[in-house]
Amino acid sequence: MRRFERRAFMARVTTANNLPKRKEHRGFSPAARREAAIFYLTVSPWVLGFLLFTIIPMAISLYLSFTQWAFVKAPVWIGLDNFVYMFTKDPDFYQSLKVTLLFTVTSVPLQIIVALLLAVLLNEATRAVGFFRTAFYIPSIVASVASAVLWTWIFNPRFGPINGLLRSIGMYGPNWFSDPKYALPALVIMSAWGVGGQMLIFLAGLKGIPRSLYEAAEVDGANRIRRFVSITLPMLSPTIFFNLIMAMIGAFQTFDSAYVISTAHAGQIGQPQNSTLFYLLHLYQEGFSNFNMGYASALAWVLFIIILTVTLIINRSSKSWVFYSGEGD
Amino acid sequence: MAAITNQARAAGTIRIRDYKPGEVVRKIIVNGLLIFLSILFLFPLFWMITTALKTNPQTLQWPPLWLPNPPMWSNFKDAFSNPNLPFGTFIGNTLLIEAGVLSGRLISCTLVAYGFARLRAPGKNFLFALLLATLMLPRAAILIPEYILFNKLGWVNTFLPLIVPSWFGEAYAIFLMRQFFMTIPRELEEAAVIDGATTLRIIWTVIVPLSTPVLAVIAILTFKDTWNDFLTPLLYLNDKNHYTVAVGLAYFNGQNNVQTNLLMAASLTLMMPIVILFIFAQKAFVEGISLTGLKG
Repeated sequence: MRRFERRAFMARVTTANNLPKRKEHRGFSPAARREAAIFYLTVSPWVLGFLLFTIIPMAISLYLSFTQWAFVKAPVWIGLDNFVYMFTKDPDFYQSLKVTLLFTVTSVPLQIIVALLLAVLLNEATRAVGFFRTAFYIPSIVASVASAVLWTWIFNPRFGPINGLLRSIGMYGPNWFSDPKYALPALVIMSAWGVGGQMLIFLAGLKGIPRSLYEAAEVDGANRIRRFVSITLPMLSPTIFFNLIMAMIGAFQTFDSAYVISTAHAGQIGQPQNSTLFYLLHLYQEGFSNFNMGYASALAWVLFIIILTVTLIINRSSKSWVFYSGEGD
Repeated sequence: MAAITNQARAAGTIRIRDYKPGEVVRKIIVNGLLIFLSILFLFPLFWMITTALKTNPQTLQWPPLWLPNPPMWSNFKDAFSNPNLPFGTFIGNTLLIEAGVLSGRLISCTLVAYGFARLRAPGKNFLFALLLATLMLPRAAILIPEYILFNKLGWVNTFLPLIVPSWFGEAYAIFLMRQFFMTIPRELEEAAVIDGATTLRIIWTVIVPLSTPVLAVIAILTFKDTWNDFLTPLLYLNDKNHYTVAVGLAYFNGQNNVQTNLLMAASLTLMMPIVILFIFAQKAFVEGISLTGLKG
């Protein structure tokens, strides 16, 4: 019964776009004008919020990025000085960019692969599907602060279970979060723990692949691997594309876990040796510790442009690898 | 699809295949991997719970004490009774913010989604495309200017910067609701229109009662996101008495010489409400997330 209800709900939401459209009544009859007026009234909260909390702030921050402003006096116009300083003098800018890019190119593929593996396994499972799904999904709803605190303890060099396990097979584990070489890899490993949401999205995508395709391939004698490569991956490519973009945007904005882990036990943001100084941590420091609001605005705009560029590149490349079947959703 | 498979299974067509040796090997591999991976994913949570119930010396023991006996339930009391860390106040603050955010999001998004689902007006498609585009907008881009705005308004160190934006709609919730509203038959509203009901009245008496599934999905996901949020309250709440649970835990974690067992007890306090919510409303979680991936 529950299963049926869920399918009915999903069907309703997903078919909304395929419903027959009401005839457009052209012209400016009083009824049409009245309807339009009511439309603008109902959407006004969002339009107002979009202006107030997105467009106007972004415009202000664009202006501020060309100024020096420490909150006290009025902003001073300094032209491109913030950007010149950023690209030529600020050592933390390149460090934070390096950390963020390294994390993104390692953690995003890892997340996609783990999420896809879990979804494929769940899709094949016949027993206790609900239990397994819950087990994989729960970590992703744990608050980022709680999971960062927990993983600091799991990666504890002396008393944590990971190094304990390594010790019992005669190996000496690294100092993880207190070693500049291992802090970032530890964060990457940790990021694979929270892929439950992506897994569910993949699972929904897998359920949407028509079984007839597999049956036809089986008749043609295609083996399991062949079927996965030639049917599952292409049919799932829009979902992979979506998860990839979202994971990438998320990775570029990593903050919570790095902040909590590096400040544990009276530590400094981004430590050890700035090895976890993510872009957003640097921005936070400039904006909210040093109160360089002008410079922080410049940093925010550069990040925005980086994310936009990478999104556009992935989007462009998608034409060659994302496959959209003709039939709507 | 599953129904067809079940029928086929009942009819015995698939059962024959189940006895193929390749099929048995595949099943062993799939189930073996599932069991191994689920242990791997659940282990950190198990470790958190057992640590929270150990005495401090027990947390430093190797091989570890798997099931602390007796469990130190008093750790929770100790973590809560630290006068420097009023976790009771943190929970109260978080719930207050939740109330403001939940009511704001549900009311504003219902209104906006109704407009997008039902009414015709020039510029509607453009606005809807804009709405979807904001789903991809990185939050980092508006962090600083938003702070400047709320600072100008004198709202720093109040709950207002965390609550007020939610009264102006949110793209994902609006999108999900709009999709749902579009499937409600128009005839149901037409009777109300003939009776001369206003738009607000139609929304309240026709749309809302029929939309409880989608409203529940949005309420639950909003509750989770607000409860877990760290960056916003970190920026705006400076006074310890205004902290949320997440910020309070990060503060606790930042102290010198923290006892790990108490830290894990506090982490569990932050984690458990959402896990319990998930157990009771699994369906809503799964639906809400699964639908995220669908293109508009």
